[in-house]
Amino acid sequence: MLELENVWKSYRVGSLGSKRLTAVRDVSFTIAPGEVLSVVGESGSGKTTVGKMVLQLISVTRGTIRLDGRDITAAGKRGLREYYRKVQGVFQDPFSSYNPIFKADRVLEMVRQTYFPRVGRSEWQAKVEESLQSVGLDPGAVLGKYPHQLSGGQLQRMLIARALLLDIEVLVADEIISMLDASTRIDVLNLLGELKERGLAVLFVTHDLSLANYISERVIIMRHGAVVETGATAKVFGDPRHPYSRNLLASVPQLHTKWADNQFHAEELEPDGDRDRPPAPLTKVDENHWAAAAG
Amino acid sequence: MSLEVNDLRVHYRTLKGDVRALDGVSFDVADGEIVGLAGESGCGKTTLGKSLIRLDGRMRHVGGTVALDGEELPIGDDRAMNKRRFKDVSIIPQYSMSAMNPTRRIGRMIADLLGSRGIAYRDLKRELVQRLELVGLPEKVLDNYPIELSGGMKQRMVMVISTLLDPSLLIADEVTSALDVSNQKAVAETLVRFRDMGFVKSMIVVTHDLSLVYQIADTIMVMYAGRIVEKASAETIVKAPQHPYTKALISALPEVGLEYGDRKLKSIPGKPPQLLNPPTGCRFRARCPLAGDECAEQPPLVGIDRGHEAACWKLEESNARA
Repeated sequence: MLELENVWKSYRVGSLGSKRLTAVRDVSFTIAPGEVLSVVGESGSGKTTVGKMVLQLISVTRGTIRLDGRDITAAGKRGLREYYRKVQGVFQDPFSSYNPIFKADRVLEMVRQTYFPRVGRSEWQAKVEESLQSVGLDPGAVLGKYPHQLSGGQLQRMLIARALLLDIEVLVADEIISMLDASTRIDVLNLLGELKERGLAVLFVTHDLSLANYISERVIIMRHGAVVETGATAKVFGDPRHPYSRNLLASVPQLHTKWADNQFHAEELEPDGDRDRPPAPLTKVDENHWAAAAG
Repeated sequence: MSLEVNDLRVHYRTLKGDVRALDGVSFDVADGEIVGLAGESGCGKTTLGKSLIRLDGRMRHVGGTVALDGEELPIGDDRAMNKRRFKDVSIIPQYSMSAMNPTRRIGRMIADLLGSRGIAYRDLKRELVQRLELVGLPEKVLDNYPIELSGGMKQRMVMVISTLLDPSLLIADEVTSALDVSNQKAVAETLVRFRDMGFVKSMIVVTHDLSLVYQIADTIMVMYAGRIVEKASAETIVKAPQHPYTKALISALPEVGLEYGDRKLKSIPGKPPQLLNPPTGCRFRARCPLAGDECAEQPPLVGIDRGHEAACWKLEESNARA
């Protein structure tokens, strides 16, 4: 169980860190094993920052992140290595996740060097093959290849296979579908669904509402660093209560309805104000559905 | 008929040989029509857009003709083509965020651009300001440098500049891909408005996003591996596609507003063929569930219904399955 409690993040920006930018404001959520939670937002909403904090790639300014009840920010370097046994991430661009000079399967070998130095070659080989097969890759077709010889979908799945070599509990997937083509992206998306059935918790960060709708049980909509609406996917997307969510949903191009057919007038939204102030609190609007007060 | 493209072939020169990015493409665009050009990466859609306005150094015009308003467009001849660019054919480039000269004030840059076509800036200034207002930009942005504008503002600015001389054909290449959903909608709707107001006669919207192009296009063409596989009205492509590739592509798109539950979408197995030495016959053959012996021969693009064409030998079978 991963828990975020009142998490804030401020960056120092500008020359010599003269300005402060608050990217994440008072975000709390939990992800249980066997669940996909989507964090949806436009650029600058703070969704990626949330993922990075969970992966401990950046520090938390205020608040706590706990994994199975233990505060992860308190762990030292040693503790971090143990943490990465349980929590791993996959990112947007599969081509820049690999070092182009080395063969792609090096990412798998590095897991062995760091975490399983005592495991023998043949035992490890069997483990690698099993892991690759579980993400739908044919080991013979991907092992010993350079990154440029593999497709984006294959590379992304190999990174997921890498994460599965460890006994991970949480996978942070940050826009992992965005750079893939329509005909292959659904494979990676369905794979996330399978991981969920195996008991993994997946934090799915995306700007694409249709992907979030397809894959996740629960969804969080972020704006200006804060959560504006959250709850069961069907409730949030089916009956959006916050004006921002309504605007967003009305802007998504869909195949079963045209923009021109439903006259929707975008609602006026509160501008980006003082980000150091606590955001509007979430109130329960329905079973399994919370929204921030608007205006 | 605004644009007529006939058997167009454009190849990329590489050390290993020619990559046949466009391999015999024919279609028409009517006056006032918005044609959406959809397909996956590497299918040749950007090459098609580019070849109608400017071939870059590696691209070679191998065969076929392009006619705009009844007059042949010399696409293989860079110099002759230059006279037609901006005035007759114009483009909104893929990365329009970085399409403007960063060292010039925007107004000055536009003056230079117009000067190159022999038009005085002051003659068009009023029209320019009116159009800026139309997309919600104040006149004073003309005194700004591009860096002073936000991404969405730059996008709108480029749209106004590209269409300033009322081109006959506008190519919009992935104009919405880098934008957030709400900006995406605004930009797409502006394209339609420009057409409705007669700023451009006809338009080709190149995109990988079928659901976006469905919102704005009259006609959609689907490309696969350098060829057009299906062309029909937007409504028909989405609601009643005939080609197995189009069908598979549309059924692989997740959507908002539907509840999936335990229902799983299916991907298309395999990947598109290399265009360096493309396979003979139908290029979708290796991934097609219906492929048979006759598919070893290249299927022609044939009319099925009014304005609906598809290139497949198995159309009847494909229909029976649906």
